[in-house]
Amino acid sequence: MGKRIGMEVAVAVAEAVGLCNIDMAAVYPITPQSHIAEHLSDLVADGHIDCEFVTVESEHSAMSAVIGASGAGARSYTATSSQGLMLMHELLPIASAMRLPIVMGIANRAVSGPLNILNDHSDIMPQRDAGWIALFVENAQEAVDLSIAAFKIAEHKDVMLPVSVNIDGFQLTHMVEPFEMPTQEEVNEFLPPFVPHATLHPSKPVTMGAFAMSDYFTEIMKAKDEAVKASKKVIQQVFDEWGEKFGRPYKLVETYKADDADVMMLTMGSMGETAQMAIDELRAKGVKAGLVKLRLWRPFPFEELKAVIGNAKKLIVTDRACSFGGPGGPVFSEIKSALYAEARRPLIYNYIIGLGGRDVQVKEFVGMFENVLADTANKAADTYEFWGVRE
Amino acid sequence: MTLKTWRELPIGCVVSEPGSASEYHTGSWRSQRPIWNDTKCIKCGICYVFCPEGCVQQTEEGFFKANMDYCKGCGICAHECWPRAIKMVEEG
Repeated sequence: MGKRIGMEVAVAVAEAVGLCNIDMAAVYPITPQSHIAEHLSDLVADGHIDCEFVTVESEHSAMSAVIGASGAGARSYTATSSQGLMLMHELLPIASAMRLPIVMGIANRAVSGPLNILNDHSDIMPQRDAGWIALFVENAQEAVDLSIAAFKIAEHKDVMLPVSVNIDGFQLTHMVEPFEMPTQEEVNEFLPPFVPHATLHPSKPVTMGAFAMSDYFTEIMKAKDEAVKASKKVIQQVFDEWGEKFGRPYKLVETYKADDADVMMLTMGSMGETAQMAIDELRAKGVKAGLVKLRLWRPFPFEELKAVIGNAKKLIVTDRACSFGGPGGPVFSEIKSALYAEARRPLIYNYIIGLGGRDVQVKEFVGMFENVLADTANKAADTYEFWGVRE
Repeated sequence: MTLKTWRELPIGCVVSEPGSASEYHTGSWRSQRPIWNDTKCIKCGICYVFCPEGCVQQTEEGFFKANMDYCKGCGICAHECWPRAIKMVEEG
């Protein structure tokens, strides 16, 4: 069993990736991801891991380099944040279309402008339709565990898709937290060698990323959609294997005191733990409050979400990004759409919270519940609000 | 060529047969075709040199013709042919 240690989360993520027998990494440093880039390059430079660390001049090049390396059959890793992810955007659908099992850590950070280096989810939300599997973590242990499990998911023969592990910038990346680091032996047992579906090799020439016209494009998009959807089963399977081996089981949709909840809240990422404390306070006051934590953003876990919403009368969806001029936050739209066809569904409220690193405290989560419970005429249902905005 | 269904596509649409693009007959895009007048042709080969598709071939007699499987009818051969031996004709 691994040792329980305290470490900065970004460094821990680099350590965890270092246990995964990666062949190649191309990581361009950007706040708040930089400590992943720095520590991973240290591990390579100091000879701790046998890996090619490609120093690139931008995130566009970083993603291009991992696409090439993965195509050549190398287990490849990159990490980025915010503007770096936006610069990679053009290449993300190419990696998934080529079915390259790249793993990317994203230290989630607000997108400019104005320039802001702190945490929200406005960087990952525009990447929603890139065809990548997107996982969210909420503490050091999850960041470490899922950074390793991501390789097994990505490289599974029935998946072969890139995976992003979303780790809230600063709130998580820069915290020193206690967690259990798996040992090299344990990771070796858990993670089989990478067997690519095809490789760029002169002994058997192939073309990857070829041109396709209208006669094939629809079929290719359909195949990609089916592949992303089908990955859901494997993701849970890998989570189960992880649970068995390490005693820390994961679910696509996590819950906290949700079974008998009348009013629920949905979070993604690190704010889940703060919201949990609010649930405890509300429960102590006799409010049947519960929490839903979306771990898997793509493929969207429709059935799993419906199962945990159960008979809740009201659901508060928190968003860490805005879809300007749209129907509300991106998560809110998604949840509404997921529950649209249900005969019995909760009233859904949307709060856009924690933008650009703004702190959201326990009392504020309690306040959101109180607002929603006070709305007895249901006037605020199906609307969205910027929580705490100065009027 | 029978088109594959989405289920039949190879993973990642990897093309595992080198040179398979030659089976793709891009000449179907053509709306005009080049016709050579061999009485005007001086066998200089400028049409052969300029054809961006590389589909102009020399015959045994030394004249030129295009492989209609790949000729897209761009007209560059006719434009470059200074004895004006090539005429672009609308496809029926």
